[in-house]
Amino acid sequence: MLADASIAVTTRSTPPPPPRRRFRGGGGLRGHEGAAGWLFITPMVVILLVFLVIPIFMALWVSLTSWNGSVNPFSGGPGAEFVGVKNYTALFAQDGLTRSNFMQSISNTFWYVLFVVPLQTVLALGLALLVSNKLLKAKGFFRTTFYFPSVTSSIAISTVFLFLFSNSGAVNAFLKLFGIDGPQWFSDSRGLVHLLFNAVGVDNPAWGAHDILGRSLWDWLSGPSVAMCVIIILVVWTTSGTFMLMFIAALQDVPVDVEEAAALDGTSGWQQLRYVTVPMIKPAIFLVLTLGLIGTWQVFDQIYVMGKGAPSGTTLSPAYLSYQQSFGNFKYGSGAAMAFVVFLIIVVLTRMQRYVLTDKDERRSFRSIFQLGRRKGASS
Amino acid sequence: MTSRVSPIRQVLLYAALALFSVLFLYPFIVEVVTSFKTDSDAVNHPLSVIPNPFSMATWQAIFGAGSSSLPFPTWIKNSVLVAGVVTVARVFLDSLAGYALSRLRFKGRGFVFAAVLAVMSVPGVALLVPKFLMVNYLGIFDTYTAMILPLVVDAAGVFIMKQFFDSVPISIEEAARMDGASIFRTFWSVVLPMAKPALITLTILSFQGSWNEFTHFLVVTRGTPEHQTLVTGLASLTSGQLGSGTQYPLKLGAALLTTIPVAVLFFALQRYFIRGANDGGVKG
Repeated sequence: MLADASIAVTTRSTPPPPPRRRFRGGGGLRGHEGAAGWLFITPMVVILLVFLVIPIFMALWVSLTSWNGSVNPFSGGPGAEFVGVKNYTALFAQDGLTRSNFMQSISNTFWYVLFVVPLQTVLALGLALLVSNKLLKAKGFFRTTFYFPSVTSSIAISTVFLFLFSNSGAVNAFLKLFGIDGPQWFSDSRGLVHLLFNAVGVDNPAWGAHDILGRSLWDWLSGPSVAMCVIIILVVWTTSGTFMLMFIAALQDVPVDVEEAAALDGTSGWQQLRYVTVPMIKPAIFLVLTLGLIGTWQVFDQIYVMGKGAPSGTTLSPAYLSYQQSFGNFKYGSGAAMAFVVFLIIVVLTRMQRYVLTDKDERRSFRSIFQLGRRKGASS
Repeated sequence: MTSRVSPIRQVLLYAALALFSVLFLYPFIVEVVTSFKTDSDAVNHPLSVIPNPFSMATWQAIFGAGSSSLPFPTWIKNSVLVAGVVTVARVFLDSLAGYALSRLRFKGRGFVFAAVLAVMSVPGVALLVPKFLMVNYLGIFDTYTAMILPLVVDAAGVFIMKQFFDSVPISIEEAARMDGASIFRTFWSVVLPMAKPALITLTILSFQGSWNEFTHFLVVTRGTPEHQTLVTGLASLTSGQLGSGTQYPLKLGAALLTTIPVAVLFFALQRYFIRGANDGGVKG
């Protein structure tokens, strides 16, 4: 085949051959393209259909059954009865273990997303600004260092963090140097917000008993558990490198004269960042936020390695719960239903982001914001 | 920027970068160092970056006929096999499809491309049960076929290749076609050699993706060593399914072994990685 390549190249470099077989007209140059086109995409179409599109519809069906894994899922007989939307209502409307686990996983992940997305965005932007600094030498070294965690296996990194945050690990040993007794990270189920409340003397107050979807308001407000905080730190640490690269690319597109003009006007570094740089890289910020939202709602690998939901279910995520319900408890219908709910959450969040993004492209001015406000007001 | 550079700002800049560099590198240093420690040294001196005593026990357990009964050779073999086959197949099939979607005119092209974009936006978490269902239905559960076949095409890779071909001028191919080369011949001998940068990026993304793959293997295999890769094996070791106790040096050694191939590739071909990250960003 290499020989073929060289032949093709030499053919091109020689003077044009006499016009013997010129493909023209109906059966000519474009004529074979229809068949070839389909031939070229057939492997892709087959694989994506068989292992992605059709399975999703199979799983949609299974989510409407009580399939337990032992019989043909499409038989409709015992072990695979059609149960309608029962698996979905069990997640929202029915008191029970399934709902309380699912709502706990939603609550955990909500807090997780609320911490991870802003932190990774700010850290990524900060690193990008540092690395893009014109005064800096050895840019490449720092960029490589910060990006490296992003390309390594999430399982391997989680293993390292399990050791770092273990009771006898480096983090607690480091804290001890300053006389601080670190927590038992992976067995500490106390929520951060609860700890804050406790610090001001509030613990499980009467107003917190209010029930929302089978979970008390106080429990919803717990904040991420100490164990979840380790996963938050880990994920922020691994993902910010990728997002840093996106910010670096965006910062390169900021015209130098705009920055110089701002500097001549005597703006401080902070003002320049706030009023010049950030507005100019807004598309990149929205992109990072969107990708962050999509990624964080799916957290799975780190949960699997770092405790599988322990302690007290405070690190359960819907993705992991869906896996556990299917492959651990053999309730595939329920597990599939959970996965589709997460899917829906991600789609809705992405749509909301996209809505904001397209708005951005209209070159936002005070007037368009005003119009947006009116439009929203009119539609409600 | 003003013409005068304040030395204090310069010092602060480097101090901040040094601090972050330590934070980003330290876990990897711990990973390397601890794999040469003894179990008790790892637990008693977690901050020390010098193994005392220096121990090769972990690496003997992994590569030699040591005391460990862990099936590292099988894991390594599976990882190399699966990542190798997936990478080669994926690069070829993705570029075939990307080329067709970019260059060849055929009925339904617009629809297929729209479908690829739609498929790309399906979050992986929604695919765990679906993949298991299909693999089960086809009777290939717990086989290499189930591990490899679903991964040989990825929509994002097709998208990257299509974008690349869109950016390349068409004139050279047309010259080849005028000379009477077939469509496949033109693709293979003229187009692919020109697409080298994109192919390298795609190779890296495919290898990194399949080497680090976890959830797919988790749901299409039984989890016995026979079909475990380094990553799924490490996950079962770390999450305590193999009853291995703490044994941090062994676990971190295994983690390091899992990290090395991608790390080597990364340091050798950084600029392509960085390009891949930004291409991936466009898709979102």
